[in-house]
Amino acid sequence: MVQLYIGLGFLLAAVAPLLHRWMGDRTNLLLVVYPALAALWLISQAPGVIAGNNLVFTADWVPSLGLSLTLMLDGLALMFALLISIVGAFVLLYAGGYLKGNPDMARFHAAFMAFMAAMFGLVLADGLVTLFVFWELTSITSYLLIGFNHQDEKSREAARQSLFVTVGGGLALMAGLVLLGIASGSWSLTDIRSLETDLREHALYTPMLLCLVVGAFTKSAQFPFHFWLPNAMAAPSPVSAYLHSATMVKAGIYLLARLQPDLGDTALWTALLSLGGGVTMLLGAFMAVRYTNIKKLLAYSTIMALGTLTMLLGIGSDEALIAFAVFLVAHSLYKGSLFMVAGILDHETGTQDIQAMGGLRAAMPVTAAAAMLAALSFAGLPPLLGFVGKEAMLKAVLKADAFPLLLAVLAFSAAFLTIAAAAIVALRPFLGTLKATPRTPHEAPLSMLLGPSVLALLSLLLGLFVPLTGPAFSAVVTAVAGAPVEVPLSLWHGVNLPLVLTMSSLLLGIGLYLCWDGVRARLATLTPVTHRGPQAWYYAILRAFVSLAEWQTRVLQNGYMRHYILVMLVTLAALLVNSILIRHAPGLSLAFDVRFHEVMVAATMMLGALAAPMLRSSLGAVVSVGVTGFSIALIFLLFSAPDLAITQLLVETLTVILLVLVLFRLPRFSHLSTRFERIRDGVVAAVVGGLLSLLVLIAWDVKQFTPISQYMIENSVSLAHGRNIVNVILVDYRALDTLGEMFVLSLAAIGVIAMLKLRVPPVRRSTGE
Amino acid sequence: MEPLMAVGIGILYAVAIFLILRRSIVKLVIGFVLLANAANLLIFTTAGMTRDAPPLIADDRLLPAGNVADPLPQAVVLTAIVIAFGVLAFAVVLIRRAYEIVQADDMDQMKDTDT
Repeated sequence: MVQLYIGLGFLLAAVAPLLHRWMGDRTNLLLVVYPALAALWLISQAPGVIAGNNLVFTADWVPSLGLSLTLMLDGLALMFALLISIVGAFVLLYAGGYLKGNPDMARFHAAFMAFMAAMFGLVLADGLVTLFVFWELTSITSYLLIGFNHQDEKSREAARQSLFVTVGGGLALMAGLVLLGIASGSWSLTDIRSLETDLREHALYTPMLLCLVVGAFTKSAQFPFHFWLPNAMAAPSPVSAYLHSATMVKAGIYLLARLQPDLGDTALWTALLSLGGGVTMLLGAFMAVRYTNIKKLLAYSTIMALGTLTMLLGIGSDEALIAFAVFLVAHSLYKGSLFMVAGILDHETGTQDIQAMGGLRAAMPVTAAAAMLAALSFAGLPPLLGFVGKEAMLKAVLKADAFPLLLAVLAFSAAFLTIAAAAIVALRPFLGTLKATPRTPHEAPLSMLLGPSVLALLSLLLGLFVPLTGPAFSAVVTAVAGAPVEVPLSLWHGVNLPLVLTMSSLLLGIGLYLCWDGVRARLATLTPVTHRGPQAWYYAILRAFVSLAEWQTRVLQNGYMRHYILVMLVTLAALLVNSILIRHAPGLSLAFDVRFHEVMVAATMMLGALAAPMLRSSLGAVVSVGVTGFSIALIFLLFSAPDLAITQLLVETLTVILLVLVLFRLPRFSHLSTRFERIRDGVVAAVVGGLLSLLVLIAWDVKQFTPISQYMIENSVSLAHGRNIVNVILVDYRALDTLGEMFVLSLAAIGVIAMLKLRVPPVRRSTGE
Repeated sequence: MEPLMAVGIGILYAVAIFLILRRSIVKLVIGFVLLANAANLLIFTTAGMTRDAPPLIADDRLLPAGNVADPLPQAVVLTAIVIAFGVLAFAVVLIRRAYEIVQADDMDQMKDTDT
């Protein structure tokens, strides 16, 4: 059933253009029912899942290969699916207002619904192959959505970049999943979870983990693959709010969390994830405050959050996993809300530059309130959920087994930079004096206010009532840890080290906010360094690929047919040498049993062939080919093939006549090629000919199967009533072949007649020589 | 006889390949004829060569007397001979037309689509 519901999402995507024809701009009101129903169903299932009963929906796909469409709903999947459905519903409503009147709305809805369904499939999938298919589907739909404004070149470039990076990572993921399947002997996550053997000690563990981590890091924008995410901000704001903050970029995090119980807690895992995540975290927070474009700033702060989540998975203690779950939910809520606020600001003022905005609180009070509430969670201040998440994160970092001091420094720096970024987003556009903007600002319509307000309020409510959420988060952490974990959550832990760190980072953050303009000017001196970052490597790799393609096209596909043939022949020769000389060194039995007249016929055939390339006149060449052909007819006759002999004689006669009729008007051969070319071609021809001789000798010696013709011989008279077995085969056993042969001949005849009869008047050359 | 035929087949292939690699279209067609013959001989030879035992059945019998040559490769080669001739006829007429238009027997002068 759940499988059908996911299928329904793709069906809705397919019929979205039709729905638009009937319902126009109100289509999204119908489509929003899809995630809303999903959310209701998920909430109704939540008590069972929290009680520890994972739901499994079995469905076969290709049973013979062990592939299934089985879905599994545990705590982790439930959390992701709820975020996807709830944020998805609000973003759909929001997009209705944001893109109102856009002629391409139908296309947006098609890609958006397909993305949503793919995302559901990704987080619910139990089979490795299913997971990979949905993973790639999210990459493709994300490509379509980033490139939504395809008239804009920057949009197209950003879409292509995100596709290359995430699909490139997808290849690594595929390799990793295949290795995982080989190592565990199973293609189902549930089976892998209940495996007796420890995958961490498997010989394939290191390559498998590296591949999987590359896949996850590209999808979730971890350093050094992070650069595509800020560029993806070319997408419309609803897309940024949904794909690039709340859902898709968390797919990599989801994968890592999913594999944590099976592959986590090794030195390699901890080092890769906690250091990679930590570096990404600080880099994201630092880059965020360098930008005045509100969407870029939010994109870099998303990278910060994704880095934090990766780092927490790397630490892997129970505290870290609790922090992971809370931080993830908090981030999805506040970042979805803030992106929608950014979209409202862009939509109503006509600019994305924070410096160009100011004093908007009077014009858009609801937006301002939602932004400030979400930003409080963003900054990690009480009493919002973001505060709980950040306190838990700091606590986990301070107690980390590996690199606690380094990670603490990274986390603290990121924390105060984040507070500054939150203040910049929530205060700069709304406080101060009203600035003139390209459009006169006014409050957004209800459809656009609903999303950011509700998500911001959810941050507040979940924060206030955080002790009540304990069981739900414990279901998530249990799924990630692989063993039951109690989650004691509360807003107030008393005065402890994390709280002190939060307070001091708050002071530093406010300080940075106040002198932001000056600091940014200083940071501009770093521009030459940031310009040589991973994005520059990406373009270098792309350029290298293009040069490689150009080079190999020039070398292998230069437009001369004989050159192609030469390449193929050399390849063939190499393969033949490999298989008959190196791998199966032949043992030849040269049984010479010949009669004199047979040798004479064979010698005539060879001499005729050898004469062909030597003769200067085309008629001479035709004659020598005729000699070869007639000798072959004699060989057929001598070796028990009278039918072949007759056919060969007839055809050879016709061939010679035809060649003579057509060719006798053509000039004598002239030497068109150079001496070098002739020698080169001669060598290739001799090598291939020699190898084929060897092949014939070996093939004749190898008799692996009894010939199937025994049946045809035995039944020729009794079943087919024919006494010439070759004829019986042609017209009876293999009559369809003969029918096909007749068809080919008729086609050739039609072609010949057409070319002889067709007379096109000579066309004057437009460009004379 | 088979080792001798193997050498013959190798020579046929080598000459055919050498001719196909030439710039002259006429040589290419002659190479094609030789290539078809070489392939037919290859099939015929690898199945084993039998003297004086054609796959025929006498009028008063249900089975051939004694061992006969394998009829299946013969049937296959028979089809191949006829098909090769069909293709050759088409190619030869094509050359004739091409020569009428381009007035040259050189493949390198047939790169334009504007003639």
